[in-house]
Amino acid sequence: MSITIEQRRQHRLMTIEKSLAKRHRQEKRFRRTGLAAVVTGMTLVAILFVSILIRGVPAFWQATIFVDVYFDPDVIQLEEKPQKVSGESQSAFEERYAAWQSQAGLVNWQALIDSALEDAIGDEVESRQLRDLRALVSSSERFALRNRFVEDPSLLGQTVELKMLASANVDVWIKGNIDRNLDDSRQQLSAQTRAWADQLYDDGIIKNAFSTALFLNTDSRSSPASAGLAGAFMGSLFMMMVVIMLSVPLGVASAIYLEEFAPKNRLTDLIEININNLAAVPSIVFGLLGASIFIGYLGLPLSAPLVGGLVLTLMTLPTIIIATRASLRSIPPSIRQAALGIGASRVQTVFHHVLPLALPGILTGSILGVAQALGETAPLLLIGMNAFVANVPGTPLEQSTALPVQIYLWQGNELRNFFEARTSAAIIVLLGLMLSLNALAIWLRKKFETRW
Amino acid sequence: MTMNVTKKALGVAVVAALSAGVSTAAMARETIQMAGSSTVLPFASIVAEEFGNTYSQFNTPVVGSGGSGGGLRQFCQGVGENTIDIANASRAIRSGEVANCNENGVNDILEVMFGYDGIVFASRIDREEFALMPEHVFKAAAAQISQDGQLIDNPYTRWNEVDSSLPDQEIVLVIPASNHGTREVFEEKVIHPGCESIAEIEGDACNNLRGDGRIVEIAGDYTETLARLDAQADAVGVFGLSFYDQNRDRLQVATVDGVTPSLETIGSGEYPVSRPLFFYVKGEHLDVIPGLAEYTEFFLNEMVSGYGSPLEDAGLIPMDDEERASALEQFQARTVVNPE
Repeated sequence: MSITIEQRRQHRLMTIEKSLAKRHRQEKRFRRTGLAAVVTGMTLVAILFVSILIRGVPAFWQATIFVDVYFDPDVIQLEEKPQKVSGESQSAFEERYAAWQSQAGLVNWQALIDSALEDAIGDEVESRQLRDLRALVSSSERFALRNRFVEDPSLLGQTVELKMLASANVDVWIKGNIDRNLDDSRQQLSAQTRAWADQLYDDGIIKNAFSTALFLNTDSRSSPASAGLAGAFMGSLFMMMVVIMLSVPLGVASAIYLEEFAPKNRLTDLIEININNLAAVPSIVFGLLGASIFIGYLGLPLSAPLVGGLVLTLMTLPTIIIATRASLRSIPPSIRQAALGIGASRVQTVFHHVLPLALPGILTGSILGVAQALGETAPLLLIGMNAFVANVPGTPLEQSTALPVQIYLWQGNELRNFFEARTSAAIIVLLGLMLSLNALAIWLRKKFETRW
Repeated sequence: MTMNVTKKALGVAVVAALSAGVSTAAMARETIQMAGSSTVLPFASIVAEEFGNTYSQFNTPVVGSGGSGGGLRQFCQGVGENTIDIANASRAIRSGEVANCNENGVNDILEVMFGYDGIVFASRIDREEFALMPEHVFKAAAAQISQDGQLIDNPYTRWNEVDSSLPDQEIVLVIPASNHGTREVFEEKVIHPGCESIAEIEGDACNNLRGDGRIVEIAGDYTETLARLDAQADAVGVFGLSFYDQNRDRLQVATVDGVTPSLETIGSGEYPVSRPLFFYVKGEHLDVIPGLAEYTEFFLNEMVSGYGSPLEDAGLIPMDDEERASALEQFQARTVVNPE
């Protein structure tokens, strides 16, 4: 025997030693690659967020004019606001009131704004400069003034300090979003308007005030400065209500049935495969389906959040079913066996023992599914939700847009200098909503999580 | 089993909720709904807002996009409340579209012309200026051109090869895709006149554009064209006058036939590339959807679409009083578009 046991041991140790260094190197390499992947991902996300924040945050503050407006009785020549007299029928009163309102619409409200601005500037404004003067203020303000007066006619003859939105181009000029050194022919505002805007800004009459318009107004094209997210927000809210009301009960019920009750055979296998496939179907396909079935066949209205909600329900269902099944499957069989062992029926087992334990997972899955639906744009474009809507929808059947679609629409607005920032602001709002939904999901999971 | 009963009940509830939705949808729609040309959309939206603000008894109409062709296709889907009332178009309706409309029961197509729009060539402000002729554009864009009496594949890669007066810049032309009405005007007013100068190419062959990546077709709106110009500094884009006008700080406009596009030169017809804008009203809906006739008449009001109006500020080239009066008269007489 030339090779002793000792020699063999030595040999084995040497082999291990040799390969050890190599294996350590491998491990190090893998760790470094993993870390690099995470860092790259995080950097890209950080760049995205920072660029959106840098562009979007300034849009939450908007050039606003604070001036004293005199409700001049010479301009507002209007009968007294009709009051309901006794014995008058409701319809007769409404008719009288509508007539008065149309009268109020004919008053030259712009003249009140003009003279208020003239006072603020402190110079005589010639009539040929009127156009330059009007370019300062958002064109929606004359309607705002009318609505204010219609609500409170006692303002007649009074002077009130009002907050008026400056026009979009003034906002762009004040914030320096357009190159201030460009010559006149390339500027959106005339030299006179720019000079006035600077003067009013220096005098503190134009200030960058927090933009409530962004949250309280609907989209606007005739006065871009007043464009807001209110309509889109309500549209998204209605859609999410439809999605939650339909996809959560349907999805959870199907998942429970498939997981706990359905026999395991080729049919259920087929169903399972199809649900998984459905989750991978591009969302735009659901939009096409929705357009032809819900609108073409069932005759539901165009641009309605109800249809949007139905389409998004189809899209969310598989996500919720898969998440619910996974969370049911993660409940240890011992729980079921114990329940069955002490004489519970299968329904009792599922509803009294399994479901409560699976609830955190189901909630998380549902909320993530809904958050995904909230951010979905493509299918909505096909059912007419990319329309310009200037009403806040009161029901899920009224025309509306949705938050992600509003971002898409603003992104396409021709007034680039103003809407680039506005678009980023809308993205921030939408991201904020998504992050809070995700935070809610995490919180619920933490709160109800059971460990065994 | 209890489970099955629960599920059945749930199913019934869902179907009930759905059918409730359908039956409420069958109630009268009270808001005008339109779709179509993205060139007309800004104008129509402004009128819609002013209309909603002026008439408290009517809702603000809803304005969708989808291009002239897309809008007219929706318009011709039929009569009823889940079809649109108005199609906005940056070109006149085609006879095939009228036939399609009639087939689906839309017979009263009322055409309303409301102004003009100019189509301009613009490039980035930090590049050279262009003075284009239709012939230049055709030579830069065509699939084939003639050389020594023979048709050859387009050899040009730089503008100064097309004509020595043009800048030494790479040829990249960003044009609207065929879903846009603008494309038709581009072909009719620029490509075809340019094509006439070459005897060997005639008729439809003029529309053959080169496929080597120097022509970029944009199916979206003008912001997409602008983004192209941001990415490719040498590119020349096709825009509507109003879009260019609101982005003068980034774009410079090219002259065509030596004329600079502006409200005046387009209004007078001096600038060659312009077109009338239309919207089409569904006559069958006039008595069903409240405010449809009022909206149309409001649109044609001088205060709304005439000189000094908000639409002119937004870049529309207004019609003169006579044209506007005749458009209004034509609508009030309910003149239907003929199917040929």
